[in-house]
Amino acid sequence: MSDIYMPRLSDTMEEGVISSWLKQVGDKVSSGDVLVEIETDKAVMEYEAYEDGYLVKQAVSEGETVPIGAVIGVIGDSPDAVPEDSGTKAPEAAGEAPAEDAAPAAPAEAPAAPAEEAEPAGDGPRPLSSPLARRLAREYGLDLGQIKGSGPKGRVVRADIEAAAKSRDGQAPAAPAQAAPSAPAQAPAAPQQSFDDGRDSEEVKITNIRKVIARRLTQSKQEVPHFYLRRTIDAEALKALRAQINEQLAPTGVKVSFNDLIVKAVATVLRRHPAVNSSWVDERLLQHNRINVGIAVAVDTGLVVPVVHDTDKLPLSEIAQRSRELAGKARDGKLTPKEMSGGTISVSNLGMLGVDSFSAVINPPEAAILAVGAMKQQAVVRDGEIVARNTIALELSVDHRAVDGAVGAAYLKELAEVLEEPMRIIL
Amino acid sequence: MSVITYRQALRDTLRSEMHRDENVLLLGEEIGVFEGSYKITEGLLKEFGERRVRDTPIAEEGFVGAAIGAAMLGLRPVVELMTINFSLIAIDQIINHAAKIYGMFGGQTSVPMVIRTPGGGGQQLGATHSQNIELFYSFIPGLKVLAPSTPAEAAAMLRAAIRDDDPVLFLENLGLYNTKGEVPDEEVVAEIGRAAVTREGTDITLIGYSRMAAVTTRVAERLAEQGISVEVVDLRSLRPLDRETIVESVKRTGCAVIAEDDWLTYGIGAEIAASIQEGAFDYLDAPVRRVAMAEVPMPYAKPLETAAMPSAESITTVIHETLSAVGRRVG
Repeated sequence: MSDIYMPRLSDTMEEGVISSWLKQVGDKVSSGDVLVEIETDKAVMEYEAYEDGYLVKQAVSEGETVPIGAVIGVIGDSPDAVPEDSGTKAPEAAGEAPAEDAAPAAPAEAPAAPAEEAEPAGDGPRPLSSPLARRLAREYGLDLGQIKGSGPKGRVVRADIEAAAKSRDGQAPAAPAQAAPSAPAQAPAAPQQSFDDGRDSEEVKITNIRKVIARRLTQSKQEVPHFYLRRTIDAEALKALRAQINEQLAPTGVKVSFNDLIVKAVATVLRRHPAVNSSWVDERLLQHNRINVGIAVAVDTGLVVPVVHDTDKLPLSEIAQRSRELAGKARDGKLTPKEMSGGTISVSNLGMLGVDSFSAVINPPEAAILAVGAMKQQAVVRDGEIVARNTIALELSVDHRAVDGAVGAAYLKELAEVLEEPMRIIL
Repeated sequence: MSVITYRQALRDTLRSEMHRDENVLLLGEEIGVFEGSYKITEGLLKEFGERRVRDTPIAEEGFVGAAIGAAMLGLRPVVELMTINFSLIAIDQIINHAAKIYGMFGGQTSVPMVIRTPGGGGQQLGATHSQNIELFYSFIPGLKVLAPSTPAEAAAMLRAAIRDDDPVLFLENLGLYNTKGEVPDEEVVAEIGRAAVTREGTDITLIGYSRMAAVTTRVAERLAEQGISVEVVDLRSLRPLDRETIVESVKRTGCAVIAEDDWLTYGIGAEIAASIQEGAFDYLDAPVRRVAMAEVPMPYAKPLETAAMPSAESITTVIHETLSAVGRRVG
């Protein structure tokens, strides 16, 4: 003779409704037969018998609600076995207040009591069990009170639960024992939705970095009122200076790129335009004392923006080394959070891919980002003559909440002038 | 790839970092003319001269303080404290200055310095020279504490420590200096703050750091012969502590034993055990057990010293006890 208790069928379940009985009193029952359908806070679920015998009592009628652990029925050895009156044992499930006529023992009124506390052995101490055993018992729908523990002092451990599940199911228990972090034996993650809309698409597995890009840039375009300032600079002097610097640096192995020069200029000029080195955060305007330039780097998995901190204070050669080092780490996925945070302005350069010019998306909470196009020969009017000159198109995207048009334009003006007389970058 | 000692790995790394960055300099007692009490700095005075390899007076507070000042002004000092026991004389400089300056002064200057120092007993150096007090520093926000267990890790972590902008206490161990291992020829820079699963297993998670990480690996190898699959986690970094790697391992195995060379009460293992119960409560099949140093000042007499220290045997016993508690009869 054994009692059947209201099982815990979901993590958040506190009580269950007997939706319908599939076995009637007197019916023969085999282990594995569906006895009853139970409606939880989430779904209607079938609940099976764990042993062979006859259903001798339905303690809760269809439509009634009882808390986890309440007796809902009894299985006996013969069809006419008489169930003991449950008074002494588990709380009899008489309607909504299961504990009412039970011994004064447990304050079982609280229907919120988790399964372990509403354990059937109302008069004995609760069986010792490991946290893992308790979790697995929940997942397998096993009643801990029915399982003999093999651990110290009779503690129920995983091995006992697995043995019980095995003997119940007549086979090795399914996944949950190994299942690492996530929830119980949920259906194996819903099969990938097929996008049958005539485009023959396949879903690409996304990485965390892609999720971050999607979230942050959506946020930027939705929340940050961008405006864009464009200017094309004459890059002849910059080109000459770079050649000269690299000649000097040749013995050290350090090479300075156009981007390094631009990053340095961005920082140096920013020092004189503190209003641009700011952030609009939560209805407050913060002006930053440090100048930290972020450099957009394309990597296999997406885009990252490592930051050269205190860019304005570093010599050009150090910026070159540092940005080389950061780009390397970015490609190896080795950037630390510290190396990706604290930026106050960013530079994005697609020049090497031949892009003439483009509008970059601001990297919040920074107030501006400089988009740098390719260096190319253009016909320019100089002193009334048309001449071929190397030029670079710059475009500054600015957060209008923090910086107004004229302020941004003054910054870009000086930046362009410095890049055209690049000795000013290093002086 | 070459096979060298832990000592050699440290020396090679100091040397290559000094070549890489002229701001790196060494300070400490007897590190120059005498070439180091444990010969880590052998040859470096000759190669780099007195400006960059400085013998200091026996005054830990003074030279640790000097290194902090140097670091604030842009140098990258690497201080050698002859043993971690002597750090007690400099503890105010380390805790109240090195660890605090970046935060207290609004990030105006960082303190990019490294304090290299061996802990550990087993050499009959007596109670005051055989302690494992890395906990004192692991407790302090603002410091990083690294504890490599192999020559390759020693090299990669020392490189990371020197290049890091925060003060790093770099824990070595007297019992590890002569151990050998493969070290890659290329320069590997470790990621600070990551533990490593150094051996995968399914039955139990065994956690250690520094000398104990080496011991736990041997224990795991021996138990494998008895059919017990031990997963070994080397903490590598005591601060920041990589709780995720620990918790994920225990979620896979369901039980854990921690081996530590320090004292049990309030020790590093207590923090690990707390992290496990917080992160993996529903996955634990047995109580988390700790194996640590006996709660006594280290005895001088050899048999007593050996008995006081945690050993492969004591770890093995506790693993057997834990496994038997979850229904695996072994041993």
